[in-house]
Amino acid sequence: MARGLHRLPLEKPIYELEDKIADLETAPLGQQAQEEVQQLRRECADLQKQIFGNLDPWQTVEVARHPNRPKTSDYLSLVFDEFVELHGDKAFGDDPAMLTGFAKIDRHKVLVVGHQKGKTLAEKQACHFGCAHPEGYRKAMGKMRLAAKYGLPVICLIDTPGAYPGIGAEERGQAQVIAESMFLMASLKVPIICVVIGEGGSGGALGIGVGDRVAVLEHAYYSVISPEGCAGILWKSAEFKADAARALRMRAWDLKEFGVIDKVIDEPRGGAHRDPRLMAARLKTFLERTLKDLVSLPIEKLVENRYDKFRRMGAFLED
Amino acid sequence: MKQKQSTQTDHKPESESFRNQHDSSQHPSMTEGPRMPGPRPKRGVPEGLWLKCNGCRSTIYRKEAEEMLNVCPQCGFHWYVSAKQRIEQLFDPGTFEEWDGGLLPTDPLTFSDKKPYAKRIVSEQKRTGLSDAALTGTGMIRARRVACGVTDSSFIMGSMGSVVGERLARLIERATTESLPLIIISASGGGARMHEGILSLMQMAKVSAALARYSESGGLFISVLTNPTMGGVAASFASLGDLVFAEPRALIGFAGPRTIKATIRVELPAGFQTSEFLLEHGFIDRIISRQNLKSEIARAIDYCGG
Repeated sequence: MARGLHRLPLEKPIYELEDKIADLETAPLGQQAQEEVQQLRRECADLQKQIFGNLDPWQTVEVARHPNRPKTSDYLSLVFDEFVELHGDKAFGDDPAMLTGFAKIDRHKVLVVGHQKGKTLAEKQACHFGCAHPEGYRKAMGKMRLAAKYGLPVICLIDTPGAYPGIGAEERGQAQVIAESMFLMASLKVPIICVVIGEGGSGGALGIGVGDRVAVLEHAYYSVISPEGCAGILWKSAEFKADAARALRMRAWDLKEFGVIDKVIDEPRGGAHRDPRLMAARLKTFLERTLKDLVSLPIEKLVENRYDKFRRMGAFLED
Repeated sequence: MKQKQSTQTDHKPESESFRNQHDSSQHPSMTEGPRMPGPRPKRGVPEGLWLKCNGCRSTIYRKEAEEMLNVCPQCGFHWYVSAKQRIEQLFDPGTFEEWDGGLLPTDPLTFSDKKPYAKRIVSEQKRTGLSDAALTGTGMIRARRVACGVTDSSFIMGSMGSVVGERLARLIERATTESLPLIIISASGGGARMHEGILSLMQMAKVSAALARYSESGGLFISVLTNPTMGGVAASFASLGDLVFAEPRALIGFAGPRTIKATIRVELPAGFQTSEFLLEHGFIDRIISRQNLKSEIARAIDYCGG
């Protein structure tokens, strides 16, 4: 089982139990010790289920941001048979926070668009921790137009705290590109599948989030604003981030209840970071099934359904 | 998720002039010039004959300012105008007809910060005389029929929740079927409304999708950006105009200046995120002062085959 370097406070009891098992296993095991290890393993599994089945909203945010959580680059190698990266927005630059390229999955040729957070510190800094600039969204739009031209379905992997807030980002039209990207995706004439794999941060997420099917991993979140941002504005202090996370109803099953997403993909016991391969296998199954469904629909029908899907979202009273 | 309305809220419009003066303390120009010592200075003098300009801080005769459509005669600063005032300024008298006024906000998340959202809605409605942050409808601009939406920054910062999104989506769809030019005037400092969570975010996609269809049908969309137009409103319909106009010196952008400052820890350049800044960087077609807005909209409609 994958043992990351980073341990969240909420995971502490699990790791303690696992350390205990590991200690026991260093010595040759007699009959009795073996039984004890078996028993401890069962307890550990139960503990994981218990902890991860009862995460509070803020803990969910912590899991979604877990440094060891599989990222777009992991899924590119674990889910797809091939990935051919395509760079650049043909206007300003090549934003590493937005990965785009051709890929193959289950005999389908597709285009993958995904936020990239980076793994090493240097990568993380280059990717601004997954916060894309306007050139990232322009790159995504350019490649999506290409996909539409050649009939390639689009798969978007969403994992961003939000679009980058900075001087250059504003100068180069952050608001403009997010708007244009939604506008483009709303009527793009190929199937689009979107999956929030970690953080679904506001407009930066929705900028590649308009699809025929939208799924969210069990411990991912998707929100109108970060809990810290919301707490800062409404509670006047980021210290109330846990209250904001609760109030915003940003977790997978809340999103399903509001009709904003189609599917919650279960994570392995203890979260995606404990078993990236199993997580990738489940994601792959979802993508394969969904692709099969979507490619069988006439494209006009598909685009019409996509319109209706987003058109229905919202809650209001009517006289 | 439509529900029947159970309690009719009390709509009591207050005076439409300067009583609901919008808090424009975020505007970059507010950080310049002399500041009064002590507590926050009063914005305008609610009942009096005189007003203090938010732009140059000079004292202005109220009537003169009103005749100038709430533009400072000294420095040309464009003050807040309510959605209703905006409609009065823009449309030929008596021609505006409201659409979808019967849509009313609800509280899908049972959201509560320091104050429950349900209570906030009621108090905002009483204070502003609006049912939510956008008014939509049709009317004549110099004898040209248009579909028009206006957001009002005094109602929860002009933020877009489900009602704003639904009103705009219906407006755009009707403009599509009736082949009407579409004008949306944005005054939204709040972007997507936090209190309705993810549903507010999805309004951005919903309205943008409606605009994509409208555009495919050949419709002309003129987006007018006024102070302030930020966040999820800037990052959706407000930026999608075939023509994008802005009033002078409006605050327009994606991330709020405070968020940017907190992220990059650098002083922001003077004039950052203003209309002039956006014009310089190529994101808006024209800066148009309020007095000329009506005639310039009419002119653009004529050019684009309206």
